[in-house]
Amino acid sequence: MSSLQPPAERIWWKEPIEGVELFWVAIALVWAIVMFIMMPYWHVYGKQNLSNEAYRTTPEQYGKKVQAMVEQYTVRKETAQEIPVVHPPAGADVYLLARLWQWYPILELEQGKTYRLHLSSMDWQHGFSLQPENINMQVIPGYEMVLKITPNKPGDNTIVCNEYCGIGHHTMTGKIYIK
Amino acid sequence: MANTAEFRTCPDTGLLFHKPAETLMKLNAVVGIVYLLFGGVIGLLMVLTRWPAVHLLQADTFYMLLTAHGLGVLIFWIIFFEIAVLYFASSTLLRSRLAAPRWAWLGFALMVIGSVTTEVAILQGRSSVMMTSYVPMSAEPHFYLGLILFAVGALIGCFVFLGTLVIARAERTYGEGSIPLVTFGALTACIIAIFTIASGAIILIPTFLWKIGYINYIDPLMYRIIWWGMGHSSQQINVSAHIAVWYAIAGVVFGAKPLSEKVSRAAFLLYILFLQLASAHHLLADPGISSEWKIFNTSYAMYLAVLASMIHGLTVPGAVEAAQRKRGFNKGLFEWLRKAPWGNPTFAGMFLSLIIFGFLGGITGVMMGTEQLNLIIHNTLYVPGHFHATVVGGTTLAFMALTYWLVPVLFRRDVILPGLAKWQPYLFGFGMIGFTLFMMGAGTLGVPRRHWDISFANALFQYQYPEVAYLMLGLMSISGILAIAGGGLFVLQIVASVLFGRRRGEVKSPVPIIAEPVAAGTHGIGIGGISVPGTLVLALVFLVTFILYYFVNWKYLSQVWGLG
Repeated sequence: MSSLQPPAERIWWKEPIEGVELFWVAIALVWAIVMFIMMPYWHVYGKQNLSNEAYRTTPEQYGKKVQAMVEQYTVRKETAQEIPVVHPPAGADVYLLARLWQWYPILELEQGKTYRLHLSSMDWQHGFSLQPENINMQVIPGYEMVLKITPNKPGDNTIVCNEYCGIGHHTMTGKIYIK
Repeated sequence: MANTAEFRTCPDTGLLFHKPAETLMKLNAVVGIVYLLFGGVIGLLMVLTRWPAVHLLQADTFYMLLTAHGLGVLIFWIIFFEIAVLYFASSTLLRSRLAAPRWAWLGFALMVIGSVTTEVAILQGRSSVMMTSYVPMSAEPHFYLGLILFAVGALIGCFVFLGTLVIARAERTYGEGSIPLVTFGALTACIIAIFTIASGAIILIPTFLWKIGYINYIDPLMYRIIWWGMGHSSQQINVSAHIAVWYAIAGVVFGAKPLSEKVSRAAFLLYILFLQLASAHHLLADPGISSEWKIFNTSYAMYLAVLASMIHGLTVPGAVEAAQRKRGFNKGLFEWLRKAPWGNPTFAGMFLSLIIFGFLGGITGVMMGTEQLNLIIHNTLYVPGHFHATVVGGTTLAFMALTYWLVPVLFRRDVILPGLAKWQPYLFGFGMIGFTLFMMGAGTLGVPRRHWDISFANALFQYQYPEVAYLMLGLMSISGILAIAGGGLFVLQIVASVLFGRRRGEVKSPVPIIAEPVAAGTHGIGIGGISVPGTLVLALVFLVTFILYYFVNWKYLSQVWGLG
């Protein structure tokens, strides 16, 4: 009887299992468990994890926090639109805002220092995609994610939006400079 | 049994077709193929736009058509075809009448009306929200309404399938035992489909009401959680359905029987228990969900759904190997594979589908479903690279392979230009291999998905992706065009065969199109007590590839900024 017909043995669940199947199921199961263990293991020993810190917020509340930081730590302005470049001290709370179609403000951070990066959206969903590092996170309106970041190399990083957010999506870029 | 005049016995296969079921199978398959054509043509425009050297469409058209493409093929083509598979696996394989044909017609009508409504809404230009339609971005009301109608139609199809199982059991149309393995796989797909459609209803109905003003707020994170209960589970319908099709093709081409019913059925059962809920991997980079939740729900502590796919990865080729060895191809490790009918598009398509789904789709899916690794993958081109490997290289190719066999059986026509059909699975399959590999390569370099212009020409800040990313996108597009040519060939050939192929009449053809079942047991085959050594070697190659690639990704991850 082929797989198109009912099983030849009515009591098929009592048939013996092929040895090769048993062997494969066993090693596949071990591998599956190893893959599971890697995730908690990395939380303990790895250096790249998502935080579990997040808050409910509103665009108004979040906008105020961003503005307060900009007023406190702006060191210069860039581009024709005079976008502030913010250079907060190590360990500070750093607020980055996503909106149609901009990342605001520009951040200037120091290599090897740790910061608490806050992320939220003022309108639709956006995707924080840091290039060329290639770190990617979802940014959702109404939620404020807080993530400790420790930049490990100097350079000029671009934030690209990688969650589709309408017709200007592909023009939505921002900057994080690492000194 | 119902009126025998309503039945037809296929002279070539001995399969018994209930005429109302047969008509519905044909119609669902045909509408599915129309959507495949629609999605494929748009797919061509997509690759010609994402090929930076060509960059064909304008941004608004690109985003609009990308939405139409996603729903047209990922949802409509696949589900129409799956309804045909459900009716085949129940009515035909169980030799039973179809339950409630009028309801089945209503379901079909709702699916057609719903899918057309949604595609029209998209092509009107104000519903370019991608298939995920994440709130608070919104589409026109009839975009959601069409999806809801389509889902209701598909749900009716599922219940007609279940009703047919009940009738077949009550009327003892297939004897006393259990349903065939292929039907069992289809039942798995059906159960997952019901869960999927319920999730879709729970989120799309409120979203529709929100859009027309009866609800004032949909939480965007809640939307994502429930939407993915539909969005990813619907892909598990595909997995179950195309694995059922793999087993069916192994049965048709080789008369293969599963190595053991118990293992294959248990693997399907694992899908029901552990797959459809595991849509968590779409939320791994989201705020507001704890790591404990993410880790547990993406793996259930032991990735039992991955285990299930790895089991089928052994038992499907294992069944083929055992059947071939019993037919006399018992020499060495791989005589069974070398002497397989590589010129038969049904077999070639099925085997390529197995390889592409396993090596390219399966392994990469686990990478994305790992909490931390997701950070270097989320929303890059790697994601569509993965799901084109599973749904196009896997599901679509398997369905194409089955269709080459169904044309003579269901439509009683010969496939025209069989010489060309030989090449179709290779053109489509290798096209998709290149397409998905280069797409994932570009994704690894950070190129975003759903993005019209990675040169950021009108952006405030510029960013230059590495040259090699541009090379990858070019090669991706060229491979995509090859695959689309293969898809076009399929559609042309099937449509032309159904309309103009030589009629087979109602007499048995001298060339058999279904193999006699092989004998039970594995006595006297294989090497050194291992019944399917060739398959075991292939499985171990797969495992080693999987392990190496898994740890390479951890290595990549360890080089990025410290995050915590």
